Amino acid sequence: MISKKKPEAPPKAGVSRRGFIRGVGLGSGALGAGILEHTAEAQTQAAKVAGPGPAPITLEVNGKPFKLNVEPRVTLLDALRDHLNHTGAKRACDRGSCGSCTVLLGGKAVYACNILAIEAQGKPIQTIEGLSAGAQVHPLIDAFVENDGLQCGFCTPGMVMASKALLERNPNPTLEDVHAGLAGNYCRCGSYMGIRKAVLAASKQMKGAGRA
Amino acid sequence: MPDTPDYSWPPMDKRRVMGKRHTRMDGRLKATGRAKYASDVQRPGMLYGVVLTCPYALARLTSIDTSEAEKMPGVMAVEPLAKAGDLIQYAGYEVAALAATSEQLARDAIRRIKVQYEPMPHVVDERDLSKVGARATKAAEWKQGDPDQAFKDADVISDGFYGIPVLDHCCMESHGQVIEWKEEMDYWPSTQFVSGVGPELAKMLEIPATNIHAHMEAIGGGFGSKFGVDRWGEYCAKLSKKAGGRAVKLFLDRATELAIAGNRPSLFANVRIGAKKDGTITVWQSQSWATGGVASGSLPPRQLPYVLFNIPNQRFQHTAVQTNAAGQRAWRAPNQQQLSYVTCCAMEDAAARLHMDPIEFFTKNMDYARPIEPGPQTYKDQLAKAAELAEWKKLWHPRGESGSGTVKRGMGIGFAMWAGLGHESHCHTIINPDGTVAVEIGSQDLGTGTRTIIAMVAAETLGLPADAIKVNIGDNKYPFSSASGGSTTVGGVSASTRKSTMNALVKLFEAVAPALGAPAGELEAVDSKIRVKGNPAKSLSWADACRKLGVKPISEMGENTQRGPGGLINRGVGGIQIADVSVDTETGIVKMNRLVAVHDCGLVVNPKTAESQIYGACIMNICGALMEERILDNQTGRMLNKDLEFYKLAGIGDIGEIVAHLEIFPERDSRGVIGLGEPPAIGGIAAIANAVTNAIGVRPPVVPLTPDKVLRALERRA
Repeated sequence: MISKKKPEAPPKAGVSRRGFIRGVGLGSGALGAGILEHTAEAQTQAAKVAGPGPAPITLEVNGKPFKLNVEPRVTLLDALRDHLNHTGAKRACDRGSCGSCTVLLGGKAVYACNILAIEAQGKPIQTIEGLSAGAQVHPLIDAFVENDGLQCGFCTPGMVMASKALLERNPNPTLEDVHAGLAGNYCRCGSYMGIRKAVLAASKQMKGAGRA
Repeated sequence: MPDTPDYSWPPMDKRRVMGKRHTRMDGRLKATGRAKYASDVQRPGMLYGVVLTCPYALARLTSIDTSEAEKMPGVMAVEPLAKAGDLIQYAGYEVAALAATSEQLARDAIRRIKVQYEPMPHVVDERDLSKVGARATKAAEWKQGDPDQAFKDADVISDGFYGIPVLDHCCMESHGQVIEWKEEMDYWPSTQFVSGVGPELAKMLEIPATNIHAHMEAIGGGFGSKFGVDRWGEYCAKLSKKAGGRAVKLFLDRATELAIAGNRPSLFANVRIGAKKDGTITVWQSQSWATGGVASGSLPPRQLPYVLFNIPNQRFQHTAVQTNAAGQRAWRAPNQQQLSYVTCCAMEDAAARLHMDPIEFFTKNMDYARPIEPGPQTYKDQLAKAAELAEWKKLWHPRGESGSGTVKRGMGIGFAMWAGLGHESHCHTIINPDGTVAVEIGSQDLGTGTRTIIAMVAAETLGLPADAIKVNIGDNKYPFSSASGGSTTVGGVSASTRKSTMNALVKLFEAVAPALGAPAGELEAVDSKIRVKGNPAKSLSWADACRKLGVKPISEMGENTQRGPGGLINRGVGGIQIADVSVDTETGIVKMNRLVAVHDCGLVVNPKTAESQIYGACIMNICGALMEERILDNQTGRMLNKDLEFYKLAGIGDIGEIVAHLEIFPERDSRGVIGLGEPPAIGGIAAIANAVTNAIGVRPPVVPLTPDKVLRALERRA
């Protein structure tokens, strides 16, 4: 969703993302009608184009709204880390391969490095910080610690968030389900044995406590 | 009271904390996302640094122009890192760096730096020795006995070619740091050597080392690649200085990280083994070569055969190949994986040639191991234990005899050895009058559990629970401790902690002796009490005892200064890994069923984190055997897989079952503490490669055994 507010700084000379698509469309017959439709859409919505300068956006992180000013090209991960000091989500590959930056967006596990902050507006964002905000920490965190599902710990926040998404859609996972649910998260230290145990233990404990 | 207290470990059955399964003490800090890695550090007004790298593997830099970048809005400092005339010897070499108010602006600006090169012909591929020309240098030669005669006399001769490529450390947190250089400097590195990077950077910048405060709460992986300040530490500091002392965060992006910030050498070898009919090896001959990039790829003499040093007839020739790639760094057990791979694969092939069960063949030839630890008997015991845990008798079959189905199952062996010892470490213990205890060491916890180990050793000595100890590490204001490498940390810090806490306890005994009406030498610390030996009724609670200190805390040091055995620690461990795999002969896909790892590591301080170390090392072995390798393009000289999409690592579903067996019994325990970082990261690659060969009946010679390589080997068999 693009902000409807006028950017504080007027767009400078440069190329917006739609402008770029338009340029490609004109020069490239092979891309065909799809691009032309986008071009038409871009022209009618020109007033809504944000950037390239900083634009005001609002992110709802762990239940709280945060207003910030970021360039539209800033990823959700960088907005969280550099602008909101929520550094639990880590940057490791920065290309949507390793899962270290996993957060929940609208309840779904996403790679925060692959989503623009501006696109993450209007949906609740849950980060690892939200799992220990109150007096009690989430059972998954205790399970990771108890089962030694971490070593250097750099991938751990992403692992915990991916595990949370898994348990929310499948409170009773088998080992195979855990493998599928965490297939998008790498751990270089090789803590997978502990992680397997942790997710299964947390699922049991959460059922026992009536939490899904 | 003797002048020197008795520092020796309490007997195995008397320990209350050490040897128990203790939960990692910084686990919650990390799992909640609150741990601050260097790359998480935020400072007021912090700038973001980025680097420009050379795209050519070998080139003369002819001009560099940073003027346009310097004028860009938001750019606060630019640092050229190469000048006209410089010869650049690998792709990824940094030629300029700059710092700007946002990372986005910094990336915009770095593209405005204009650099021109004259590219030159490069060599990046060492696999075919005949094509590397003058880049090859004879590095080592060794001969013992009469290998030529021994081959004539041998009943069986087995020839083989084996290769293991360069791979990357691939730390999840890339290399880099935050530096804020005002009058004094705050330095947040991602390092394996918190005590050492300050003095090193001071030397580079020619400033007093006392002006640098280095601190690191957590590190996102090192594996041997993060010992030094590196170029990026120096230019990050200079950027901060140029920007008027504003903090600069500069971490390598993933592509640069994989291209330049850590790789381990390759090893290729033609091996010939001669043996008697009964399976006794009589002669070993190997011609090997390797590259460590611009840092060459030399090996000292006598590296092959690995472990079997005393084979009577040997010929070893090694050639180092210099390539246009970033230099090698120490990699969790430097060279051991490669040597184990070549040796254990050649042995497995010789066993197959003799139609012998490899367990029998390996066991027989372990007599060639040196008569010091890990000696022949250690390996024989470990082979027997690993075979039992892997159900070898039930599941093993002779090579290639794996039934008529398309999925073939196989098993294989690999072995390891490592020294351990303990690095230099100094520890400071403070016992406060309120009963609180702090233990301070300028060490670091790489995820190995160092914090927990220190607390456990201190708690054991002081008769307290581990949670009562505040462990302060990761800061160069604490006493010097050496780099975490070579599995020397646990030895170093456990010895220094034992001595320091014992020295402090003696002072506490002296302070409370009058109150208990017994000489200090008659006191003991047990169950959070100070009591009279043999008369437990005469005691003071820990808190009451500390109150006797009045207002003056106890402050005592303890050191581990010798690298050799000193009663508390030791050197020399072995390990056997057995792999069990299934290979789909239609797709070439290898599936891990089980990897069994049997290891000795002396006195195991914390079996829980020690097992995690073994699991992790086994998974690295699986990655190295089946997935990962650095791929350089011959045409362009650039790395083709410098991202985590194509630099392949194992995921949680790729590892099968891992069985970690630590030998914990009095004979091993009495040797003292020995490190475990490296040993389990050695033998698994050979074990897996041997298992695949056993399954499909033919050897794919070069790991990683990706489907294409497995299918190519099968084609050769047909």
